[in-house]
This record gives sequence, structure tokens and C-alpha cells, in this order.
Amino acid sequence: MAKSLIELKHITKAFDDNVVLDDFSLLVNENEFITLLGPSGCGKTTTLRIVGGFETPDDGKVYFEGKDITDVPPNKRHINTVFQKYALFPHMNVGQNIAFGLEISGKSSAYIKDKVKYGLKLVNLDGFQNRKIESLSGGQQQRVAMARAIVNEPKVLLLDEPLGALDLKLRQDMEYELIRLKNELGITFIYVTHDQEEALTMSDKVVVMNGGYIQQMGTPEEIYNEPENAFVADFIGDSNIIDGIMIEDRVVKICDTIFPCVDEGFGHNKPVDVVIRPEDLIIGKPGDGKLDGEVIHNVFIGVHYEMEIMAGGFEWLVQNTVSYPVGTKVSLDIIPENIQIMHKPKSKEEEAIDTDV
Amino acid sequence: MSKAIKTIYMIIIMMFLYLPIVTLMVFSFNESKSMFAWTGLSLRWYKEMFHDTQMLSAIWNTFSIAISAAAIATIIGTMACVGIIAMSKRSQTVIMGFNNIPLLNADIVTGISLMLSFIAFGFYLNWGTVLLAHITFCIPYVILSVMPKLKQLGPGNYEAALDLGATPAYAFRKVVIPEIKPGIISGFLLAFTMSVDDFVVTHFTRGAGINTISTLIYSQVKVGIRPTLFALSTVIFLVVLVILVLVNFASGKDAEEEEFFYEVAQG
Amino acid sequence: MYRKLLSMPFIFWIFVGTVIPLAMIAYYGFTDRLGNFTINNIIAIFQPVHAQALGLSLGLALISTAVCFLLAFPLAMILKGSSWGRKGFIVFIFILPMWMNFLLRTMAWQVILEKGGIFNTMLQTMHLPSLNIINTPAAIVLGMVYDFLPFMVLPIYNALMKIDDNIIEAAYDLGATKGRVLKDILLPLSVPGIASGITMVFVPSLTTFVISNILGGGKIYLIGNIIEQEFTTSANWNLGSGLSLIMMVFIVISMAALARLDKSGEGNFI
Repeated sequence: MAKSLIELKHITKAFDDNVVLDDFSLLVNENEFITLLGPSGCGKTTTLRIVGGFETPDDGKVYFEGKDITDVPPNKRHINTVFQKYALFPHMNVGQNIAFGLEISGKSSAYIKDKVKYGLKLVNLDGFQNRKIESLSGGQQQRVAMARAIVNEPKVLLLDEPLGALDLKLRQDMEYELIRLKNELGITFIYVTHDQEEALTMSDKVVVMNGGYIQQMGTPEEIYNEPENAFVADFIGDSNIIDGIMIEDRVVKICDTIFPCVDEGFGHNKPVDVVIRPEDLIIGKPGDGKLDGEVIHNVFIGVHYEMEIMAGGFEWLVQNTVSYPVGTKVSLDIIPENIQIMHKPKSKEEEAIDTDV
Repeated sequence: MSKAIKTIYMIIIMMFLYLPIVTLMVFSFNESKSMFAWTGLSLRWYKEMFHDTQMLSAIWNTFSIAISAAAIATIIGTMACVGIIAMSKRSQTVIMGFNNIPLLNADIVTGISLMLSFIAFGFYLNWGTVLLAHITFCIPYVILSVMPKLKQLGPGNYEAALDLGATPAYAFRKVVIPEIKPGIISGFLLAFTMSVDDFVVTHFTRGAGINTISTLIYSQVKVGIRPTLFALSTVIFLVVLVILVLVNFASGKDAEEEEFFYEVAQG
Repeated sequence: MYRKLLSMPFIFWIFVGTVIPLAMIAYYGFTDRLGNFTINNIIAIFQPVHAQALGLSLGLALISTAVCFLLAFPLAMILKGSSWGRKGFIVFIFILPMWMNFLLRTMAWQVILEKGGIFNTMLQTMHLPSLNIINTPAAIVLGMVYDFLPFMVLPIYNALMKIDDNIIEAAYDLGATKGRVLKDILLPLSVPGIASGITMVFVPSLTTFVISNILGGGKIYLIGNIIEQEFTTSANWNLGSGLSLIMMVFIVISMAALARLDKSGEGNFI
């Protein structure tokens, strides 16, 4: 049974008039890679900083291994942080940076030397002890920051959007590195990001946040395949979100057409939000599927073609490895398992984000 | 360190800083000439201020030199910044190094060296030589104020203007100057302040002819300073205070103000 | 291209206003009244009167600089962490005194420290013995500290403000105590500001003659006083220049040390 390591109970935090977290509660288990995912301002970084001890909640408590650490200062918590901008000490070299925490805990110089070597090896920076910080690339600095935190053997590692400044290839490499580290070290990772790809790749559990509230919590597959509201559906991956009417259990009406689906418990003849992922739509010849339409847009992305198909009065986003030129008449179909039904948004935070370019 | 200790420390330092000023202001209202005994409240020194010809001429000299020196220094300094930025890194470092010499040098050395030069080249020491001397030490302050703004600006906007068809002169006038205006203004004010408050350089380059407020005060140090000078200083101080407070409330730009205050009060 | 010409007036001014005058001092320093080459003006520093003055100046300047630093650093730290309204305002309060004429402010200390002055009157009312520091080197140190304290506070304050808060948080995150953070993070990273502050206090303190005149009762001679006299009352410009050259050695040493410690030139008071 998973043991709870960190617990946040009813945390409220406001900055001036801005309430960032309101009655926020969260349980983090041992040896878990949990990601707080959401847009800027959703409260994820504040949550992380409260766990780290850099902010004190206005209300609520923080528990670590069952003990109340709400008022414990950061230098006394057995938790270490990897900062977004790395925060390496510019006047010390790589080795001194990594050794900093160890020297404070009074370890012997032999131990420190070994541990620094171990830390560098762990992040694939062997031999970098004497390098100056300013001579390192972004990726290297990031890894030094991680080594600096890890060598102190914290029970929990906090990571605040550490991959944000890296380019795509490097970011992808680092994602695998982080997974490897977590498995090798067996410690809990609490990771904060606004990038859903990072969240889906690395996490055991994803907590999607918006406006200071948890919108949904679950494994990456659950979040992606079964979003619970429009915000989550829209934030994670591409999606088609369309109004529908739940006729009865397992039957939904979209674009005046009946579709069998697998969700229950949404009532009879109730308006709902329906989510269908673009890669789940099946393109066929006119008349073969449930809706007939026409391709109005086609862009080659590399991995697939991204097409917009007008069918049933709705502009569907469809992704397919086969290309259908603009103007082709087609039909769309979908298997029941790929239709996800969600409640209509009950608050502003549950709505999909409106991006006005 | 507890909040209480910090507050007490700040207050003690503040008292230390303001004690002489308050003392002076108080004694400017003193009936008698004495700086030790309070004989009663009086405005006589303030009234006398307006009749003392020696003092009036000193006031005139001080401010006429300050405004002229600051203006000329600002022009030369701003032009210099524009020119220097277009130079190679090497040349820039060398020239900026030379620019720093008057700043870091002792004012006594600046004063003496200028005096020797003036006399060697046959200048009589008068208002003109003081002005020239002031310009010399004012220019570095202007450059120090304008350079960072110019560097911060970067070639971006200027190049964008050229791209849109502007001539260099036009681009300059319409794009660069407005952006660095805060630096120019603070440079001017900084130079003005340094000039008003200067004593040592003026002391050596004035000859026997003219006095500025500072040299007038110094000449009276041995015999006891007439409180008219306290009155004058109090007036200047209060005028400046009011101006700065008004500027403070008029603009609303935090970081600019901070910079401005630092620079302006170097004197 | 023609932009570089804009800096010509300035370059001309540097040459005429700084380079030539310094050359003049060198010329006078190495010649006698008749214009013949001599090093007498330089070795004059070893005469007891001059050596004493230089020694006293160095000593007082070092003490004042040290006192300024000890007062300024905690002050800069407090200002950095202060949340009293806008930071600009707090700094403003500390800079405002500089708007009162420097001579008068120094004079005011004479008033305050005199036998019958405010300070002693205050001490007497508290039944403490009166302190007679006027006209002693201690008074001169007081004057130096008073006049130059802001020049030490501002660069240090600026340097501290430039330190990224994240770095300080990282130090705490790794277990550092407040003392550790001060020693290992704040002090090393504020060195450019400290170096700048030290130079801006040491050089004026070393070379002042005004402060010693006003607060020393005319009896205490610093190197600045001697040089000033040679140019005004004694009219021995050669000797004065020679002694100035000696004094400038110390100024140059300070400037060189500053350049070493503050390579990027960022420890300015602006």
C-alpha cells in the first residue's frame, strides 16, 4: 500500500488581493513522481514553494511523514529543490556548488569528495568538478543543479519547471534522465510544469490545476483519455470539444446524430460536453460513417497530417497519417470507447482556456 | 536579528545623519550670532540674506556656474556617449577608463592640477576658469548617467527606424534621444548638484576674485560663520526637498525614481 | 562612421582637462623654482613633518573606511530586506542630508561636539562625563565617517540588490543557516560593491583638508592640509606637487585594487 509522505491540508494562500490557493489539499505518496500541471498563475509553483518552505500558507497545514512542518524553515526540512533558473552559486565552481549542502551537514571531506563524484556521475557530468558555472551550457547547469540537490539524499525532490529553458532535443533527453534518476534513487519527485508533454512522459500521477483548484488527478493515461472537464480536455493534447445531449446512459447525441458511447450516469436528455481526440476520428468515404463532410484545411506536421473537416456543422480537428486533400468529400466515424463525456463547466476554472491571438 | 534591533539601528543612523542638519536649521533661526547659546527666535538672518551683497554675488556665481557647467557638460557628455558606443570594445574601455579618472581622483588633485594648468597657460583665475574646471569634473557624471541607458537601448530601435526609411539624424532625434532622455536629465541634474556643492576645485581655481557659496562659507570658518549662511543653506535644502518630493509624486515610475535619487544626491 | 566624431569634444576635453593638468603636477613635482630637474620634492616626504602627516592621514583614512564599512553593511542589509513602503523612499531618506552644504554639515559637528555643545550637554543631563573629542583625531574620523557614509552604503546596497533571490533560497534549501548565507553567499557576491565603497571613502578621507581644518581646530595636519598650504599660503608649488605625486601613489593603488575586485565595473553607486 502506498505510504503518504507529504500531505497538504486545506491550504489557502493569497498575495495581496490575489487568492492563489483556496482550501487546497493534496496527498503525495512515497516513491512517486507526481506532477503539478497547469497554466501560469494556477498556483502550482506556489504549492511547490509551500512544500519547500519558501512561502507560508495563510491557512492550512503541511505534513511531512506525519509531522506538522508548516512553520519549519526551509533549511531544516529534509527536502531539496531544483530551481527554475538553476540558482547556481556564481562565485563557486561546480564541485563547490554540489558540496554546499554536504558541508553544512558536517560531512567529512573524504565523504564529500566521493559524493560529489557520485553526483556528477549520476547526471553524466564526470570530471566537471573544477569547471566554472559561467562556462556551462544551460543543460549542464541544469544537471549541476540537480546533482546539488540530490547528493543530500532528500526524501522528496522538488522541481520547479527545470526544463523550460532547454531546447526540444535536450529537453527530451533530460526527461528520460529524470525518470532514470527517480527509479535509481527511489525518492519522491514533485514536479511543476505547464508543459503537458513533460507531465505525460514522466509522471506516475498528474495533478491538473487551474485557478488554484485541482481540476483532475490521475495517471497520465486517465488524464489524457478520460478528461473530466473542458479545461483538462483542452489543456492536455489536442481535442474536439463539442456540445452534446446525453440521451440516456451510453447514448449521446452530437450534431443531431446518435452515437453509442461507454459513459453512464450523466442523466437523461441532459446537455453535456463531448471530447473526441483528433487521432481517434476515422475518415472514410461519404456515407460510410456517421457524419458526412468536406476537408477544408490540411497541414503536414511531420508525424501526421493535421486536417480540419467540416461535418455536421462543426469544424473537426482530425489527425491522420493518410492525407486527404482540401475539398475531398469524406465521412467521419468514431468507436464508442473514444467518446468522452464531461459535465458542463460549473465554474470559470473548469472552462477551456480562451486564447485570443 | 529581530525586527526591533533593526529598527533601532536604522533610527540611530538616521539620527546621526540628521543631527547636524537639524542643528543648523535650528540655529538659522537663532537671534544671536552664537552657535552655542539659543537666545530667541528670529528671522533676521533670512532678511539679511537678501541684503548681503557678498552673499548675493556668491549665490549668483554658484548657480550661474552650475547651470552653465551642467548644460555644457550634458551636451559634450551625451555626444561623447553616442560616439563612444560606435567604437570598438578596446577603444571604449580605454576612453571610459580615462573618463573615470576625475571621478576617482581626489578633488584636491583635480583642483591643483587645473590651477597649475590655467596659470601656466596664462589664464587669469576668475569665473571663467571656475566654469571650465567644473565642466571638467561634470562631464564624467553625465557620461555615467547616459551610457547605461544607451547600452540598454541597444541598436534595435535605431535600426528599426532606419529600416522604415529614416535618415540617421531623424532616427536619432525621434527614437534614440527620447529613449535616453531620463539618462540625460539625471546626468544634467547630477552634474548640477556636483557643481553647486563643490568646494575644493573652486577653492583652487577661483583666484581672489569671486566666491561661490562654498568658498564663502570656508572663508568664514576661522572667524565664525555668520548665520546668514545657515539661513541660505536651509532655504536651499528645503527648496530641493520640496522639488524632489513633488517630482516623487508627479511621476510614478519606481525604478527610474530610485536611480534618480541615488544619482542626484551624490553631492 | 561620423558618429565617432561626436566624441571629439569630449576627447579633447579629457586631454586638456585631465591629461595635461596631471602632467603639470608631474612637471612641477620634479623641478625646482628655477625649472631645473630635482627629486627634492619627492624625498621631502621623508621629512618628519610630512611623514607624520602622511602617516596620520593613512591611519585616519583606514579607520574611517573600516568604521564606514562596519556601519554600512548592516544598514545595506536592512535596507535590502525592508518593506517600508517603497524602497526608493527609504534610500532617499539616507541621501537627503547630502543636499545640505558639506562644509556646513561638517561645521555643525564642531558645534555639536564643542565643550559647551549639544552633545556634551546631553551627556551631562544623563550624568555621564563629558567627552572632549573636538579638535582631536577622533573628531576628524567622525567627520569623515559622517561625510562619506552614503558612499559606502549605496554601492553595497546596489550589489546586494543585484543578488538573485533564488540563489539565497537555494542556499537555505540546502540547509544553510542565516550566518552561512551571509558568509558564503552575500559577502562574496557583494565584493564589487564593497570594493567600490571602500575606494569612494578611502580616497576622499586620505586627501581631505577641509575636515581636518574644521574639526581639528587648525592644529592637526593631514597630508591634504600640507599640500593645500603649499599652494596657497606658502606658494611652494614644487613641493606641493611633489607631495601630491606621493599621495597619488596611494590613490592609484586604490584604483588598481578596485579594478581587480570589480572587473565588470558594476559596483557603481548608480
